[in-house]
Amino acid sequence: MKTDRLGHWLAILIGTLYFLVPLAATFEFSLRKLRGVYSFEAYRVVLADPQFQSSFTFSVGLAVVTIVFGMAIIVPMAYFVELRLRKLRPFVEFVTLLPLVVPAIVIVFGYLRLYNSSSLLPLTNSSLGTNFLLTCGYVTLALPYMYRSIETGLRSIDVRTLTEAAESLGASSGTIIWRIILPNIRSAMLSGAFLTFAIVIGEFTFASLLNRPAFGPYLQLIGANRAYEPAALAVMAFMITWACMGIIQVISRNAAAARP
Amino acid sequence: MASNASPASLPRPRVPWAVVGVTPFMAFAVLFLILPTLFLVVGAFQDNEGGFTLSNLGKLWTPTILSSYWISIKVSVASAVIGAAIGAFIAYAAVSGGLPRWIRPTIMTFSGVASQFAGVPLAFAFLATLGRQGLVTIFLSSVFGLNIYAQGFNLLSFWGLTLTYLYFQIPLMVLIVTPAIEGLKKEWREAATILGASTWQYWRHIAGPVLLPSFLGAALLLFANAFGAIATAYALTGSSLNIVTILLYAQIRGDVLHDQNLGYAIAFGMIVITGLSNLCYILLRVRSERWLK
Amino acid sequence: MSFIEISHLKKSFGPNTVVHDFNLSIEKGEFISFLGPSGCGKTTILRMIAGFETASSGSIRVGGAEMTHLPPAKRNVGMVFQAYALFPNLTVAGNIGFGLKIAGKDRSEIDARVAEMLELIKLPDLGDRYPYQLSGGQQQRVALARALAIKPQVLLLDEPLSALDAKIRVSLREEIRALQRELGITTVFVTHDQEEALSISDRIVVMNEGRADQVGTPSEIYNNPATRFVASFVGTLNLFEARVVDPATGRVSIDGQPVVTARDISTYGIADEATVALRPEALTLGGGEGDRNTLTGTVEEVAFLGAVIRVRVRLREARVSLDIFNDPALDLPKIGAAATVSFKKDDLLIIDRH
Repeated sequence: MKTDRLGHWLAILIGTLYFLVPLAATFEFSLRKLRGVYSFEAYRVVLADPQFQSSFTFSVGLAVVTIVFGMAIIVPMAYFVELRLRKLRPFVEFVTLLPLVVPAIVIVFGYLRLYNSSSLLPLTNSSLGTNFLLTCGYVTLALPYMYRSIETGLRSIDVRTLTEAAESLGASSGTIIWRIILPNIRSAMLSGAFLTFAIVIGEFTFASLLNRPAFGPYLQLIGANRAYEPAALAVMAFMITWACMGIIQVISRNAAAARP
Repeated sequence: MASNASPASLPRPRVPWAVVGVTPFMAFAVLFLILPTLFLVVGAFQDNEGGFTLSNLGKLWTPTILSSYWISIKVSVASAVIGAAIGAFIAYAAVSGGLPRWIRPTIMTFSGVASQFAGVPLAFAFLATLGRQGLVTIFLSSVFGLNIYAQGFNLLSFWGLTLTYLYFQIPLMVLIVTPAIEGLKKEWREAATILGASTWQYWRHIAGPVLLPSFLGAALLLFANAFGAIATAYALTGSSLNIVTILLYAQIRGDVLHDQNLGYAIAFGMIVITGLSNLCYILLRVRSERWLK
Repeated sequence: MSFIEISHLKKSFGPNTVVHDFNLSIEKGEFISFLGPSGCGKTTILRMIAGFETASSGSIRVGGAEMTHLPPAKRNVGMVFQAYALFPNLTVAGNIGFGLKIAGKDRSEIDARVAEMLELIKLPDLGDRYPYQLSGGQQQRVALARALAIKPQVLLLDEPLSALDAKIRVSLREEIRALQRELGITTVFVTHDQEEALSISDRIVVMNEGRADQVGTPSEIYNNPATRFVASFVGTLNLFEARVVDPATGRVSIDGQPVVTARDISTYGIADEATVALRPEALTLGGGEGDRNTLTGTVEEVAFLGAVIRVRVRLREARVSLDIFNDPALDLPKIGAAATVSFKKDDLLIIDRH
């Protein structure tokens, strides 16, 4: 029993070290920009870089649009599939798992072939069209996670009974979704949203191959040309991820506590 | 519904709300997920004039392309197997008791964060840790006099990339496999013990076989996860490590092969590999869910 | 000396003592039930016999051998769990043969024993099935076969029926008892269901807060409950605080009405309070012939329960419930009508005299 527990502690310790040492090393490295003293100079340089500001803003905006667009198409679909179109479920399961099967780089390759300037739907001709294409790419990336959390949310409430109760009181489908379903799956949607944000904010493949001035390609560019700034950026990126996952924890804990 | 209850009311045209609600998603899925994939799959079997051919797939059998697949598979297998083993052990340690209560939720939270911390920033973090100027590299050489680079280690290599991938593979494994380990019933162990089994025999005959499908399934998922990844490798090694995603990236950028249909064939090969591993994952999951119900 | 000797057994978890100074002798081939509400310590004792819990003090001996500190694997006992606990990755045959395989028996010997056990539990054709393909009742029979396959010296049953449907519960209970008789195996059965314990056991141990309140045959437990707890836990009972009128002749008064008990109350003093009990089925409506006791009151409620009809009669302060057999020819008593209730002197139980 005693040796058993020792092994468990050892496993946890190794895991913790593997998790913490690179973070500590990155942080330490990011402070080394000025010779001989620890300073936040690398952070200052990064934050003052107009390209940083513009690419970060661009990615945040893109993440928000991705979340709104993704929710707008996924929530009604998940609701009606749960409520009335059960036979579509296997197809939906397949589609939502597809992004885990088809690598992002393959999907974006398909986009470039299908929607290039000489195709029927030349989305890449304008920057607005390309941004739309990028958003669609991000929605596919986030699809497995968004759908999973919304579906879990819908299953935890009794969609059918709630809908029938509302219908018997004369509510329309739109009213039911907006006034009854959405408030009840709010925490599931928020979880999905923050996870999406964490995935999208530093995404590299799509943005780079679609040539958009997003945060991911900017990170890569800095990494190729600077020494200490990348470490500072990594620390910031980690804090963003941490914040998103932390918020999800809080949300789901509150949701669990609110349930009777 | 009593539709004939009030003959005076005109029959309103019924809006098929369910269809209206599902259509945007379906259109999206077809346009931005299924069609692009199909386009590449079909393209892999077409020549420049659009006729059917297997020559694109045949062209994959060149040393450069084969070796890029091979390195990708090696890195993915290594990071999946090692990640799965360590992750499963950590999950078991966290679940099986004997440790303070707060350990488990803490591990789950940290795993959630670390499993999402991938891409370009992860490469930076490992450069700062195990690069030539990295903290651990310097620490090892100044404290133990061990110069790992002189010993043949290189972060921009197979093992370097594997070590880096483990940073998200281990926590991903913890997240996936924990429910399966929690599904092991205490009574199974007691029943085995009272029938005379030792701890080793319990693991050999009961717990091991029960967990095996979940474990293998999770390892396959990790494999696919690593196989399709590019950002970390690209930021870490530039194009010096010839993995298949980087090869395809370069091909799309148009600076290597100058053969569009060969690009489709490379993509098709990747879909086949990740598709197969996901298929096996699903089959294994069905089996273990049946057992752990 | 008995086959199983449990003496001065005690178990504490931190400051909580869940089993206090427990003593019990079990004969070879006996079927003993531990009956009590959850948390009474019955499962803890069973798990100490199995070796999953270690006793804080005291000893357990089986067949003359000290077992208190033996690991479970070395005890040669069979156990059946509430939630079946069949190994999901093994077939029915694999489950039943597991203990023999661990013991290193020959393939042919294992196969023969497995076939014999399958025959015994009347599932001869299901050897190749997996547990998830079986019903709950079938799974529990396989679990029983698995426990018996190793020819254990003791069989432990930890609420084996409580996860099953009511009908299967009764039929499996009869099967278990028949098997136990056939094999003559010493069996300890834990349950919170008094009907189950009464129907299946040679003797019952009624547990309350870590102590054995009473040990006895089902009829002793039912007809002569030793404590108020036993009386109220086993069966339905009318309990009264009666006043002793004459200890020598057994005269007491219930709610101001004089009655006589055949039990010995000579240790009581005049005007002492005594807890007395009446089983609903010992009472009849009307009558009072011979030396039967009578109580009078008014009918307050009539509940139709199928085979029996339960009538509640209000005396002055107290209420008394009685069961009469359902008979279509019977005139049901009217609510509000005056009623006389009678019973034999033997049926007035005296309990709780410490």
